This record gives sequence, C-alpha cells and structure tokens, in this order.
Amino acid sequence: MLEHALFWVLAVLAAAAGVMVFRFDSMARATYALLTSLLCAGGVVMLLGLDYLGVVILLMMTVEMALMAVFMVMYMMNPAGLMPMSMLHNTKGAAVLCGAVFAALAAGILLAPWPARRGRPPADPTHDLGMSLMGPHMLTMMTLGMALFATIVGTVVLATRRGRYDRFGDDLKARRPDDPVPGGGRR
Amino acid sequence: MSETAPLWAAAVLPFALLALAAVTAGCGAAVSAAAERGPAGSARELTSRAAAPLREALRLLVQQPRTTTAADGALRRAGVALLPTAAVLAGAVLPLGFRSVTDPGVGIVWFNAMEVLAWAAVWLTGWGPNSALSLTGGYRFLAQGLAYELPHMLAITTAALGAESLRVGEVVARQEGLWFALWMPAAFAVYLLSAVAMAFWGPFGHPLGRDAAGGAAAELGGPARLVLLGGRWTLLVVAAGFAVPLFLGGGHGPLLPGWLWTLLKTAAVLAVLLAVRRALPAVRMERYTEFAWTVLVPLTLLQALAVAVVVLNR
Repeated sequence: MLEHALFWVLAVLAAAAGVMVFRFDSMARATYALLTSLLCAGGVVMLLGLDYLGVVILLMMTVEMALMAVFMVMYMMNPAGLMPMSMLHNTKGAAVLCGAVFAALAAGILLAPWPARRGRPPADPTHDLGMSLMGPHMLTMMTLGMALFATIVGTVVLATRRGRYDRFGDDLKARRPDDPVPGGGRR
Repeated sequence: MSETAPLWAAAVLPFALLALAAVTAGCGAAVSAAAERGPAGSARELTSRAAAPLREALRLLVQQPRTTTAADGALRRAGVALLPTAAVLAGAVLPLGFRSVTDPGVGIVWFNAMEVLAWAAVWLTGWGPNSALSLTGGYRFLAQGLAYELPHMLAITTAALGAESLRVGEVVARQEGLWFALWMPAAFAVYLLSAVAMAFWGPFGHPLGRDAAGGAAAELGGPARLVLLGGRWTLLVVAAGFAVPLFLGGGHGPLLPGWLWTLLKTAAVLAVLLAVRRALPAVRMERYTEFAWTVLVPLTLLQALAVAVVVLNR
C-alpha cells in the first residue's frame, strides 16, 4: 500500500517536473526541474528493489546536473529567463511524435502477455547485477574503459590550443609551466 | 550485528544532529574567542563565549530577510532548504553505537549521494539572489567539489572494499579487532580532508569567502542565513561522524557502551577538524586541485590496491 502510494507520488512528480523542463524559460530552473525528475526516477528504481542502481542514479545525476547547469548558463542565450524566449523547436511534429510513442508504449504495457514471476528475487541484487555485468565480460569492460579514457585524453590533447612547447619553452626545460591561469601540472 | 533503531529515532535524528552542530559551533566560538581575546577569566565568561552561535541564531531568526532585484526566489529557497535536508538524510545511515535510523545494503553509496546534494544546494543559493558575489561563491563550490570528490569517493570505496560490503553496519562489524584507520591511513587522511571540504568550512571556506563578501551567503539575511549556516555545521558534524563507522571502529571499544564510544570518537574527530581550521590558512583552490589530481588520486588508488590485495588473500 505504502509502496503504491510512493510509486504514484514519485511517478507523477517525475512526469510533472519533466514537463516543467520545457515550460521554464530559465536555464537554471529547467536544469533543476530535470534533476528533480531524474531523482524521482531514481526513487522509482529503488522501489523496484534495485537499491544500488537507484542510489547511483541519485548520485550521478546530481553531480551531472550541477555541472551541466554551469555549462548551460555559460553557453545559452537566455540563462536566467530575463528575456522572453521559447526553448521549444518543431512543436507540432514533436507533439505528434511524443503522442505516438506514448500510445505505443502504453499499448505495449496493456497488451503484452506479461509472464508470471519464476523463481524468487535474489537476496543481493547488487551482487547479481555486478556478476551479470562484469562476471564473464570483465576483459571486455576493462578494454572498453581504457579505450574510452584514451579517447577522452586524445580529444583534449588535440583540441587544446596550448601545447607543451608553449608551457615549458622551446627546449622544454622550464621548471614551471607558463600558464595563463596557475594550477597546471608541473614536472 | 547492526540493527535498525525504533521508528521514533527518525524523528529525533534531525534535532540530535542540530544539537551536536550547535555544541560544535559553540566549541569553535570558544576556541576562536580564546585565541583573539585571551583565555576566559571565569566559567561564566566561557559559557557566554560558547553561547555566541546561539545568540547569533536568535538574532538571525528575528532579522529582516533580504531581497534583491530580479532574484529567483524559488531556486534560492530550494537551495537553502536542501543543505540541512541533505545533511540529515546522510545522517540517517550514521550508526550510534550499533544502531542507525536505517541500515540499507548500499548505505555508503547513499551517504555519498546525499552529500553531493550539497553541490546543488550551494550553487542554487549562489544563483538565486541574482548577485555577482553570491554567484561566485556558488561556482567556487563546484570547482572545489571537482577537486575533493574523486579522492573522497576512492577513500570511502576503500573502506567498503576492506569490509567487502556497502552496508555501514557491516563495515563497523569488520573493525572489531583492528580499526580501518590503522591499516588504511591514506584513505582515512583523505576522508578527513574531504570532510572539511564537503562542509566548505575552514581551509576550504572559499564558497563563503570573505574576499567575495560572504560568497554564496552574501545576500542571505534572517532565517534563510540561519538555515544555510546551520545546515553547514550539521553537514560538518555528519561528515565527521561518518569517519567513525568508516575508519574508527564505530561503537567498538572496551568498558564503555557503544553509543558513548561513537560520541567520544565523533567529538575527537570534530576536535581535530576545529584545530585544523585554527591552524591552516585558506587553501588556494587551483593548487589544491593540482594536488588532488596528481597526488591524492594516485595515493588513494594505491591504497585501494593494497587493501584489495589483503582482502583477496584473506
């Protein structure tokens, strides 16, 4: 009973906050409305008994949205909603598309022949999740992680304007890097 | 081992944390006053000095709130209220002795998730009033968070690794013979550093720095200011208190009951943090960022590796 009530509160809040993302005309408000929606989604995941996934959603989304707000405010033309501006694009097309997707998903929920539960839920879903994610695929995940990390470092190295010759001089012998803002790595 | 406290404990928790925060602030005020004006002449003067934060709280309660032009009041209020809320929610997994309000299987991740809500809280408080100085304070906390959060996560992960569990009660139970602080000193030291940074206080006080006229709190007056500053002291108490189950053996100890050991150890950690605030100047954030990424992250990784090898050979 309590779980049902909690589910509906979280679900309605998540959907309402999601709608408000498109209604607010301030980037800060839109970002934090999105965070509210994602936190409620994390709560629903916890209600499903997947505590670890749910809490990680709370953790990751909070950090991500806190940082994203900074970049949104930096780059958007109307960060605080001081000038009237619509953030909606292709409203009619989007409405038709969203309506169709919603109808298809709802029909899927109602029409799909849901199987009865077989077996019992595991005692420790976190452990089972880790095993099914990582168990036989550890090498794949490690390789993937290294490849992603190398891509990030490579992209930053290629994108930065200042190279090591700018920082440490033509002979690379300067002890302290010549940076416009101090705090860069020393040797 | 660990059990859940009765339901009324959840209602008592916020007040208990607030009381601890008030006592800590009082001790801090007494130490500061002794440093500035010499030792207290009488017990009465000492009490009066220690009660300074309470007097300030009463003053703020009746002070006129401040308003600014074109402020985003909703976001500011959300940010101010979020800070103490996050501190209390993080405190729900703090065991007093061997009992906490709740002891979920992922308690350590829960604690971390609640403390990062402070990132959102401080930024919103800085953004809300539409003032450059408070916005600077809000941005500073995000920069500070990027410097402390990664070593902090690695440090608490190391404690979880040593106990082979994310459950706080299990981490306490595993320290019956040997405290984690003794064989994970690097993780413990990094945790203490990040506990101060998390509460943006002392050497990590930039977000409310004097050079920015009070930073994120610059435009707050009256009750809002009280809630934010009280929330920060509560966050400090909770962060210091969590070092006890993670690294200092929780309620384990001879003779005395578990709850008293927890309180004594928490008080000891808070005393160290108060001493750190008196002893250290504000840390320059760009220097700390470099230190965090080039020294603390590799150090905590090595610490985690050492603990993992021990756990595998157990």
